[in-house]
Amino acid sequence: MDVLVCLKRVPLAGGTLILTPDLRDIETKHLGFGISPHEENAVEAGVQLVEQMGGTLTLLTLGPSDAEEQLRSQLAIGATRAVLIETDGQEWDPQGTAAALVDAIKAEETKFDLIIFGAESADSAGYQIHIRMAHALNLPIVTNVKSMKVENNIVSCDRVVAYGREHYEAPLPAIVTVRDGLNIPRYPSVPGRMAARKKTVDVRKAEARVPKLEKVTLALAPSKDKGAEILGKGPDAVPALVEVLKQIGAF
Amino acid sequence: MSKLPAKAKCVVIGAGIVGNGMVYHLAKLGWRDIVQIDKGPLPSPGGSTGHASNFIFPVDHSKEMTAITAESMRQYKEFGTFTESGGIEVARTPERMQELARRITSAKSWGIDGGRILTPAQVKELVPYIDETIILGGYYQPTVGVVDSLRTGTLMRESASEMGAAVSFANTEVLDITVVDGRVTGVVTDQGRIEAEYVVIATGCWSPKLAAMAGAHIPLTPAVHQMKDIGPVPFFAGTKGDIEWPIVRDMDVFMYERQHGTGLEIGSYAHRPILYTPDDLPSNAAATLSPTEFAFTQADFDIQDEHSYELMPSIVGDENVREKYACNGILSYTPDGMPILGETPEVKGLWSVAAVWIKEGPGTSKSVAEWMVLGESQIDLHSSNIARFHDHQKTEFHIKSRVDESFNKTYGIVHPLEQYASNRNVRLSPFYALEKELGAVFYETAGWERPFWYESNKNLLEKFGQKTMPRTAEWESRWWSPIINAEHLQMRESAGIVDLSAFAIFDITGPSALAVVQKAALRQMDVAIGRVVYTPILGPNGGFKSDLTIMRLDTNHFRVVTGGAHGMADKKWFGDLLPTDGSAQIFDLTSSYTTIGIWGPKAREIIQAVTKNDMSHESFKFSTCKIIEVGPLRVLASRISYVGDLGWEFYIPIEQGAKLWQMLWESGKNHEMIPVGIGVYGTTGRLEKCYRAYGPELETEYTVVEAGMQSPKLKEADFIGKAAHVKHRSEKPVTMLCTLFVDDHTSSSGEMRYMMGNEPILNLDKQPIVDTHGRRSYVTSAGSAPSLGKHILMSYLPTELALAGNKFLVEYLGEHYPCSIAEVGATSVFDPSNERIMA
Amino acid sequence: MILVLVDHDRGEIDPLSLRALTAARKLSQEIHAVVIGSDGAGVLNIVGEYGAQILHVASHAAITDYTPMASGRALSELVEKLKPAAVLAAGSPRGNEQLAHLAAFMDIPMAAECSEITLGSPHHVLRARWAGNLIESAHVHSELLIATVLSFSTEPQSINGPAATLAQFQPELEPADTVVKILSRSSGESKGGVTLIDAKVIVSGGRGVGGAEGFANLEELATLLGGTVGCSRVVTSSGWRPHAEQVGQTGTKVAPDLYIAAGISGAMQHIAGMKNSKTIVVINTDPEAPILRYADYAIIGDLHQVIPALTSAIRQAKE
Repeated sequence: MDVLVCLKRVPLAGGTLILTPDLRDIETKHLGFGISPHEENAVEAGVQLVEQMGGTLTLLTLGPSDAEEQLRSQLAIGATRAVLIETDGQEWDPQGTAAALVDAIKAEETKFDLIIFGAESADSAGYQIHIRMAHALNLPIVTNVKSMKVENNIVSCDRVVAYGREHYEAPLPAIVTVRDGLNIPRYPSVPGRMAARKKTVDVRKAEARVPKLEKVTLALAPSKDKGAEILGKGPDAVPALVEVLKQIGAF
Repeated sequence: MSKLPAKAKCVVIGAGIVGNGMVYHLAKLGWRDIVQIDKGPLPSPGGSTGHASNFIFPVDHSKEMTAITAESMRQYKEFGTFTESGGIEVARTPERMQELARRITSAKSWGIDGGRILTPAQVKELVPYIDETIILGGYYQPTVGVVDSLRTGTLMRESASEMGAAVSFANTEVLDITVVDGRVTGVVTDQGRIEAEYVVIATGCWSPKLAAMAGAHIPLTPAVHQMKDIGPVPFFAGTKGDIEWPIVRDMDVFMYERQHGTGLEIGSYAHRPILYTPDDLPSNAAATLSPTEFAFTQADFDIQDEHSYELMPSIVGDENVREKYACNGILSYTPDGMPILGETPEVKGLWSVAAVWIKEGPGTSKSVAEWMVLGESQIDLHSSNIARFHDHQKTEFHIKSRVDESFNKTYGIVHPLEQYASNRNVRLSPFYALEKELGAVFYETAGWERPFWYESNKNLLEKFGQKTMPRTAEWESRWWSPIINAEHLQMRESAGIVDLSAFAIFDITGPSALAVVQKAALRQMDVAIGRVVYTPILGPNGGFKSDLTIMRLDTNHFRVVTGGAHGMADKKWFGDLLPTDGSAQIFDLTSSYTTIGIWGPKAREIIQAVTKNDMSHESFKFSTCKIIEVGPLRVLASRISYVGDLGWEFYIPIEQGAKLWQMLWESGKNHEMIPVGIGVYGTTGRLEKCYRAYGPELETEYTVVEAGMQSPKLKEADFIGKAAHVKHRSEKPVTMLCTLFVDDHTSSSGEMRYMMGNEPILNLDKQPIVDTHGRRSYVTSAGSAPSLGKHILMSYLPTELALAGNKFLVEYLGEHYPCSIAEVGATSVFDPSNERIMA
Repeated sequence: MILVLVDHDRGEIDPLSLRALTAARKLSQEIHAVVIGSDGAGVLNIVGEYGAQILHVASHAAITDYTPMASGRALSELVEKLKPAAVLAAGSPRGNEQLAHLAAFMDIPMAAECSEITLGSPHHVLRARWAGNLIESAHVHSELLIATVLSFSTEPQSINGPAATLAQFQPELEPADTVVKILSRSSGESKGGVTLIDAKVIVSGGRGVGGAEGFANLEELATLLGGTVGCSRVVTSSGWRPHAEQVGQTGTKVAPDLYIAAGISGAMQHIAGMKNSKTIVVINTDPEAPILRYADYAIIGDLHQVIPALTSAIRQAKE
């Protein structure tokens, strides 16, 4: 089976974010880059499916040329090849992104049986690209899945909600978005890294569209420093905490 | 947490291995009222200590570095934070095998024993997971180990606190360092201001930023060292401790691999140099991992993956052994590879303890603390002295270009005479163009381009033939030419003209000028106007701080002339002696005067031809100076010699230098005068005359008496180190500086080999020679004596062994060569009665 | 008029939808609510209380349970008919999903997780990004605004309005619209009846716990307080605890009465999932751990010493 996983290069933020002076982006000069947490699970799922069922795993991203670094890292984990839709590094709105990804998928010779996304990106979390793509590609889509198996050309998935699990199924080809917890993503090995260097990354260009959801500026969310009351050090502080817990009616 | 005090004797900024070490050692030496601050949390505030690989190889070609490392290891052991693992440096090339032999000889010279060369099979026995077929052998050092630097720092800090000497404040960021009249007065932090007599900057890669707050300079750059940790390794499954297997350094690919628990840590100095500035380092809050752990950039490590795979295929090549952690860790690099220690020359009371790695931390801290409290450290730190930097060496351009060039030499084979290629042609003498035309091969000192020899003298090779002692072995032919020896021989026959522009020159003037130079100099400085005095400068313990020449130009006017390399440190030394009442001043005239030397039997004729002043021996005595007229120029001529022949140094304003050179050159044409490079001035000429040099022979570890330089009469006036010197004079010296000849140069393969310096002198049983102070005998300087057809070695030997004719072995690149003492003490082996100089 | 998608699960309203209704009232007096599936009609009274005048009920034989694409189709038909100025829903997984389907059908933009909405041309929104750490000010270029309302940004406010008027309609669905729907349900993943999301007390552990076995102390304390155990992402990715216990952006977002964070330094993603807890107590060796900024109380110390001491102290106090 042929699987496609869509990824996004995102900065690996520390404890606080710093904005660029124009307030349009976060300052990444000190930061490394990776992919969003749920996407690590998506790649792992793809690798496992291909390991079990044979076929290919293709990675697709839209981003700056530097996003090749993220593709290579994931190729090192076991993907077959990758496609990079190269932008000028500016952020695209969800409609533009979805359209470019759809065009790229349509241009592929491979007809993918399953397209996997991470449930949301770490940075923008617009909750829509995968759904727009399902519409454009006429594919069924199941989102937010935390367990998944493919059998008899059907992907059957569970979504975890407050009370338990909801079960969904979709006939292939289909799109699913997965959440952390689906699996434990593996890290690359050195032989994986070495193999990844020889794998193909096809670079395509795409023209940016006028954004319909147009970012104007970014601001830091007001940090609510509650000014924690330090009750003390070590076990000596336990009686003070017990008092607090009593007051708030914890027991 | 208590409140930041308003006042302290000393504020130590930084709580990494160095800051903690400083607090501890200052406390141990009796200081109290110390405040330590760090902008990060404790115990791991976010600097380089937090991500260090923490292993220690005790051997370095630098004596100073090895001594500091040995002292650090001693302290780590004392704190119980050292685990001995052994370590192996493996070689993939024959050149590296030679280098490993050289490392063992350095180890022996500096007193580090136990090292041995292993065959590939023997390496495999110790480290079963390597592919021994790709290596030619290894150097095994059983005393290599791993330390817990964070724990050590914590113990040191706690100990200082228990002594009641120091309090530590985390999360306290320095905003400013205040200075009044050139003296530090305190530190302004985000938690308040502390007044302090002393401020110590122990902030690693942030140091330049902090120094700049006070108007001082700590010229280092943060640079990336890449590291990845892979695992779990099935082979290590049973290991319990942090480290059980020897650390492997794969020297030819600039990498190391060390077992760390069940993982394998792979580190590299092979990737492209990735340099930052301190302003690039993020705050603790904004950092992904820590301010000094940047995200790993895999593309820079691609080749290293392959190299580690080659050496350890069974581990690195295992698909199931995965990357657990990887980072671009920040370390401090300096333009010359040495730490930056001592009181800043710009601000009194402001001390730098920077560019210090884990293996050096505790030893350095102890030494700098001694320096601060006692005025001098036991270990000679002259190569690390912050005062060594010339102005141009403090620029970001210089720092970055040199580190960019040298980063990949961290594990490289660096020839002792190797020159930097970057940031050259910064300081050019007025004769530079003329010298270039003569085919000068330029070496750099303190930014100056200095001819080491002249290709135009190549024709002399034929004339002198075998007397030039030609070399066939590549190693000692590198950065060398037989033309040096040919120039030497020609100078001895006729005369040579030498460009000495790199001298550092400073004048000391004012009513207290005499008092200042008297205080500094071992020799009598209350001499007649026009006298030139060569004098050692001693430290409080009576060891050497420098040797230099002082001219008395007038009652209250002295001119100090010293080597360029050490000039800035000397300037600070004298500057620190100036009285506070302004009754003496120091002026740096290095860039005002250039210096030309002419020596050789024909020197007088050449000079007399261009001046009406009487240059005869009678009227222009040795060790005197006076102004002479040379054509339109008034020139300060000084009759001294560092090469053993009659001659003068001429001091002239820089813009008139070319004119003087031109006139001397024209005159010299009639007397077969040749241009002579620093190869002769600094090595062959000097060694034949057994002249000592600061650094190789003269350092704080040895006394004036051991160097054979005590004068018959002790100066009455007080001078620094006098009490110690008086004591040394009354005792039998432990060692004597001897001049040895190599008796047979033939190696096992039949090639003639020539030592280059720093080799151990062994007894005939091939055992190291250790004096009663525990010091090893080693070659301080080595070089040709072309007039004698000998290769000279200088070495301090225990007094009981210091007898002319006594035989020894010198170990060079793993082989032993017989040598014998030619002269004990300062008497020269060439022209011992100095007839040529006094001609 | 503002159309608000009120989400329900087999007739039971998602309380977050009330926040969406409250947010809608800031934009217009005229509020229509819509539920998908005939079993949603029971929300008539409560949506009225929160200001909806009309409740549209999309009923279709093929919509027997949550069927997100069908929701999108139904909404698009309703929008066609009613021409609202905006369609809002809760910024919940379902709210976001259904409105994304609507936006896809109509091929117009959608702004998710908005904390502030101003209608205009263009519309202006403030929306949460980076797990709520950043606020994006954005323009939405479309006549109709499709937006979801950031959970916890608007407290639900009742105006005690009368029950909404019921308006039934039957969407015209394509076969593809109903391919993906809930086929079955199972409960589970909760222990002792307390699920993470419902728990009043959560005792959460991070890297500082050191390993799977270290959680026994946390479990004991949680049980004593009638709560449950949570953890940070590093704990689940190390395999120490099941993912169901992960609190944070990639796990579960919680808001219990008491959240005890032990050995958790406070990565942004974790904070995002717990910062709305009523009382936050931190136990950490590092007095500068970022999580302290969100805490009400803290003990600086080793959780391995503090937690057992706390457990026995509470036990004593209870006796």
